[in-house]
Amino acid sequence: MPDEQLEIERYELRAGPAYLFAPGRRDFFKILGGGLVVILTQAQAQDRENPELAAWLHIAESGAITVYTGKVEFGQNIRTSLAQAVGEELHTSPAAFSLVMGDTRLTPYDMGTFGSRTTPIMAPQLRKAAAVARQMLTELAAQRWQADAAALVVAEGRVNHPASGASLSFGELTKGQKLTRTIRADVAVTPAAEWKIAGHDLGKVNARAIVTGQEKYTSDLNVAGLLHGRIVRPSAFKAQLVSADLKPAQQMPGVLAVRDGEFVGVVADDPAKLAAAAAAVKTEWKVPPQTNSREIFSWLKTHPASAALPPVVAEVQVEASYMAAYIAHTPLEPRCAVAHWEGDQLTVSTGTQVPFGVQTELAEAFGLPKEKVRVIVPPTGSGYGGKHSGECAVEAARLAKAAGKPVKLQWTREEEFTWAYFRPAAVIDVRSGAQKDGVITAWQFHNYNSGRAALRSPYNIPNQVAEFHEVDSPLRQGSYRGLAATANHFARESHMDELAHALGLEPAAFRLKNATDPRLQAVINAATERFRWGRAKQRPGQGFGMMAGFDKGGYVSACVEVTVANGRVRIDRIVQSFECGAIVNPDQLKNQVVGGTIMGIGGALFESIDFAGGRILNPRLSKYRVPRFSDVPEIDVVLVNRPDLPSAGAGETPIVAVAPAVANAIFDATGKRLRSLPLKLA
Amino acid sequence: MDLVINAVRHSIRSAEERPLLYVLRDELGLTGTKYGCGEGQCGACTVLVDGAPVRSCLTPVKAVQGKQITTIEALERDGRLHPVQQAFIDKDALQCGFCTAGMIMSAAGLLKQNPDPTPAQIKSALQGNICRCGTYPRIVEAVRLAAKHA
Ligand code: FES
Ligand code: FES
Repeated sequence: MPDEQLEIERYELRAGPAYLFAPGRRDFFKILGGGLVVILTQAQAQDRENPELAAWLHIAESGAITVYTGKVEFGQNIRTSLAQAVGEELHTSPAAFSLVMGDTRLTPYDMGTFGSRTTPIMAPQLRKAAAVARQMLTELAAQRWQADAAALVVAEGRVNHPASGASLSFGELTKGQKLTRTIRADVAVTPAAEWKIAGHDLGKVNARAIVTGQEKYTSDLNVAGLLHGRIVRPSAFKAQLVSADLKPAQQMPGVLAVRDGEFVGVVADDPAKLAAAAAAVKTEWKVPPQTNSREIFSWLKTHPASAALPPVVAEVQVEASYMAAYIAHTPLEPRCAVAHWEGDQLTVSTGTQVPFGVQTELAEAFGLPKEKVRVIVPPTGSGYGGKHSGECAVEAARLAKAAGKPVKLQWTREEEFTWAYFRPAAVIDVRSGAQKDGVITAWQFHNYNSGRAALRSPYNIPNQVAEFHEVDSPLRQGSYRGLAATANHFARESHMDELAHALGLEPAAFRLKNATDPRLQAVINAATERFRWGRAKQRPGQGFGMMAGFDKGGYVSACVEVTVANGRVRIDRIVQSFECGAIVNPDQLKNQVVGGTIMGIGGALFESIDFAGGRILNPRLSKYRVPRFSDVPEIDVVLVNRPDLPSAGAGETPIVAVAPAVANAIFDATGKRLRSLPLKLA
Repeated sequence: MDLVINAVRHSIRSAEERPLLYVLRDELGLTGTKYGCGEGQCGACTVLVDGAPVRSCLTPVKAVQGKQITTIEALERDGRLHPVQQAFIDKDALQCGFCTAGMIMSAAGLLKQNPDPTPAQIKSALQGNICRCGTYPRIVEAVRLAAKHA
C-alpha cells in the first residue's frame, strides 16, 4: 500500500478485511434496490482480501444518486471534496446526491481514514466511477431514442438530446433496470484543466446543518426505547476486580446493573440517573504497582535496558537526550456509541476512523461472524488518530445485550482522557560529529518507544544510524497525527541547532550545507526568505528559531519568533513553508497546515499527561491545557508548488514543525536549551 | 418547572439542580448544544441567557427560570441564517463542526454587546471556547465579517 505511508499501530493491525457481500449483481440490488451500479475496481485498492473493490456508485430507479465509500468524515472535508469529484463527471451539482460513508453494511471495505490521503486517492477513483455512470446513462438514452450517443448531453440529473429536444431524467432511464458495470482503473476522465466543479472552492456540503445545530453526531442520535449506559471503571489501569455489589444500584427504579467478568456497568432509562447508579455499585479492585510520569523517561530506557551507544569520533562532537511526554488527542467530542441488538444481529453507531476494524473488534468480543455486525459512522467530532479503537462500541454493545434494548454510551471527558490511548512518550538519544567546516560526519539516533516515523535524517549523512527501540509502555498508546515524526523532528532539529552552535555556525546555513535534497533546500529557502531570517533582535526576550524536515511525502521548514518574559513563552509568529507535490486546492491545503500547526503548539508548550499508580492525574480540560485563541500566533504559510510531482497528504506533517523551531527560539532568547516536551522554563 | 427556550414555554421534568445542557439535550431533544467537558472549560455547550453567553453544562435549570434561553437551533429567523452563522459558512470557519454551535453562540452574544469588536476583543471573548481542529484564525475572520453585516 504505497499510497498511505502511515505508521501501523497495533490497533490498526487488528483491523482485518471484512467483506460482507460478494459483488454479485443480485446482492447489490438486494441491498441497494434496482437501477444502475458502477463498481470501481483497482489494483491498489485498499481491500486486501478483495483487492479489486474500492467504491461504488448507485443510481436508483428514483434517480437518486448515492456514492458509497468506506472512508469517514472527521472534519477533513472529504464529504465535500469527494462529492465534487463525482459531480464533475456526472455533470450534476454535488448537492444533488448523497454520500454513504463508513457503513460496514453498505460500503466497501476500507482500512481506515488516516492522515489526509483520502482526497488524493479516493477522489480520482470516484471520478472514474462517475464517468462510467454518465456513459451508461448516455447509452441507455441513445438506445431509447435510437440516437447517436455522441449527440447527447448530460446535465443536472438529466440526459438531453438537443437535436430533437428529447430529455429524460436519470430515474426515468434507470427505472426497471438492474445494470452493473465493473470498471478498471483505466477510464478517461475530464482533465483537471477543464474542471468546473472539482478543485474549486465549494463550501462544505453539510455546513448549513452544522451552523444550525442540525448535524447529528453519535451523541445526538435517538432511537425508540433508547436506554443510557455508564461503565463502572476500575480504580486504576491493570486493576483486577475483587468484588462488586450490584444490589444497591439494582434497587434503584429504572436502573439495571450489569456484571460480566471484569466488566461492570449500569443502564438507566434516564441519563440523569447514571451518576448515582454508577456510584451505587460498590466495587473493590486490586491494583498492581505502576510507574509514574516523573520517572517515565528512565523507565523507557530500562524496560528493557538499552545498550550503550558507541562513541563518535569527529572534530566536533555533541551528545544529548531529548524527551517527549505522553499526550492525549482530546477530540472535542468524547467517544460515544449507540448499540442495538435485533436477535443476534448487532448494529453500532460510533465515531471511529476505522469502522471495519471496530466491526472486527465487535465480532471478536461477541463471537459473531462479521456479517452479523454492522458499524455505522455518523459525523464525528474529530479524531486526529485518536479514534481508531472500538472500546466504547464494545462496551455499549455489552450493555445493550444485557438490557435487551438499544443503549447509548457517552464517555465523559474524564473517561476520554483516561480510557482511550495516548501519543507515545519518547526518549531520543542523539550523538553526532562534524568537521569544523560544518559537514556532518557521524550521526547516531535512537528512539525509545515513540516510533519510526521520520526516524532517519533527511540531511546528507552517508553512514547515519537511526534506530527505533520498542519499549514496554506503562500507558496504552497508539496513533496520533504525525505520531513519532513530531518527537523525532524535535530531537533531530534541536540537535542540529546544538551542533550548529558547537561549530559556531549560523543554523540555517549549517542546515543548507548538509541538505543535498533540492526539495529540502527549497523549503528552507522559502521559510527563511519570508521570515527575513538573519535580522537582528529588536527587544529583550525576543528569540528566533528554525527547523526543517521531511515526512510522509511532505517537506517542511519553519521559522518562529518568540518572546520569553517572566519565565513564560509566547509564540509571536510562525512562518511555515510546506511542499507536498502538486497543489490541488491551495485554500484547503493552507487550512490543513494552519490546523496542524495550532495543534502542534499544544504538544510543544503545554500538553502532558500526568500519571501515577495506574491513574491519570489530570484528566480534565481544566488541568490539561490545549491551545486556545490567545495562543495562536501570526501564522504565515508559504506553499511550495511542485506540479510535476504527485500530491501527498498535508494532514500530518505540518504538526512536526512547531516544537523544534520554538525550542531553538527559546535557546536564542534565553541561552537555555530545553530538551523535553512540553517545553517548560524553570 | 417552566423554562422559556427559543421563545417557547416548556414544562420540565428534570430536577431543578440538573444542568441546563442535559435538559436541552436529553429532555427536549435540542442536540445542537454539545457536551465537551462538563466543567465550563470548552464552550461547546454555550447558549444565550437573556442575550448573554452562558455555559449550559454548569447552569442549573433553576437559575434560568423565567429567563429567555436561546439555543443554536433558534438563531435562524424565517429561513435566514443569523449573520454569524452565515459568516462561518462564508469563511469556512469549521472543520469537524463540533465546536461550531458553541463558537457561534459566544460570538452572537459578543456582537449583541459590542457590534464592532476588534480581533483582540473577539479572541478574548472566545477564549473559553476550544476548537481542537485549529480553526481559530478563520473564526476570528468570520466574526469580523458578521460584524460588518449585522
Ligand atoms: S461542556 Fe460546557 S464548557 Fe465544555
Ligand atoms: S471544528 Fe472541530 S473542534 Fe472546531
